[in-house]
Amino acid sequence: MAQRSRPLSPFLHYRWQYTNTLSILHRITGVLLSVGFFLLVYWLAAAAAGPAGYQSAVGILGSPPAQLILFGAVFSFCYHLLNGVRHLFFDLGHGFETRTARKSGWAVAIGALAFGLVLWLALRAGLGGGS
Amino acid sequence: MSLRSPLRRVTGFGSAKGGASHWYVQRVTAVALVLLGLWFVAALASLGGASHANVVNWLASPISSALAVLLVVTAAYHALLGLQVVLEDYVADHGKRLVALLLVKFALVVGAVIGVLAVLRIAFGVAA
Repeated sequence: MAQRSRPLSPFLHYRWQYTNTLSILHRITGVLLSVGFFLLVYWLAAAAAGPAGYQSAVGILGSPPAQLILFGAVFSFCYHLLNGVRHLFFDLGHGFETRTARKSGWAVAIGALAFGLVLWLALRAGLGGGS
Repeated sequence: MSLRSPLRRVTGFGSAKGGASHWYVQRVTAVALVLLGLWFVAALASLGGASHANVVNWLASPISSALAVLLVVTAAYHALLGLQVVLEDYVADHGKRLVALLLVKFALVVGAVIGVLAVLRIAFGVAA
């Protein structure tokens, strides 16, 4: 069959490595952050609408489904930021060696978990109470 | 040094059309968002409660409102460029891709305008 010799897209035949997962996570967290952008806009618009409108928006943002999205958005923010910096170094031509790329990948994954946890707790402390 | 090919200069339509500037602006907005994003979460964490008075007080200061406007615009632009690549990669059908791209771009521009106007209303004291 002629079709068999045609080139395949990389993701169809590359051996899985955890750096693949890091790469697709950058996209997934980016899409999640786009959802987070609209929550940010909603929150700003509610603040501009006055105290009454703001109060009901805070209630909606504090509800379990919204909190789940915000929790995801906080970790996405940390991951996308750290891995984004990693990619900026790639763009400058640094860190392409397999060993370095794997090390920086681990650093990003662990750093994002730690940063995300700290940020989530800090935001809860900073925004709680007076809502 | 220009990354444009001679053919691109001649026809105005290289194989990648506006690819080089798309790639470059994505990086420029990324660097800006590292700074704006860290400022934003640090400011939220030190707000001392998410009451309306606290939020309005914070956003009414000139520096906060300027940075908030920059954050909204830069985030929308960065999201637009990123989601465009995602859609172009995964939506093969040209008609569906066009519709999806238009919807995403319209939504992000509308979101950015609402966000900027909200910050300006607070900055100018309309939302007191």
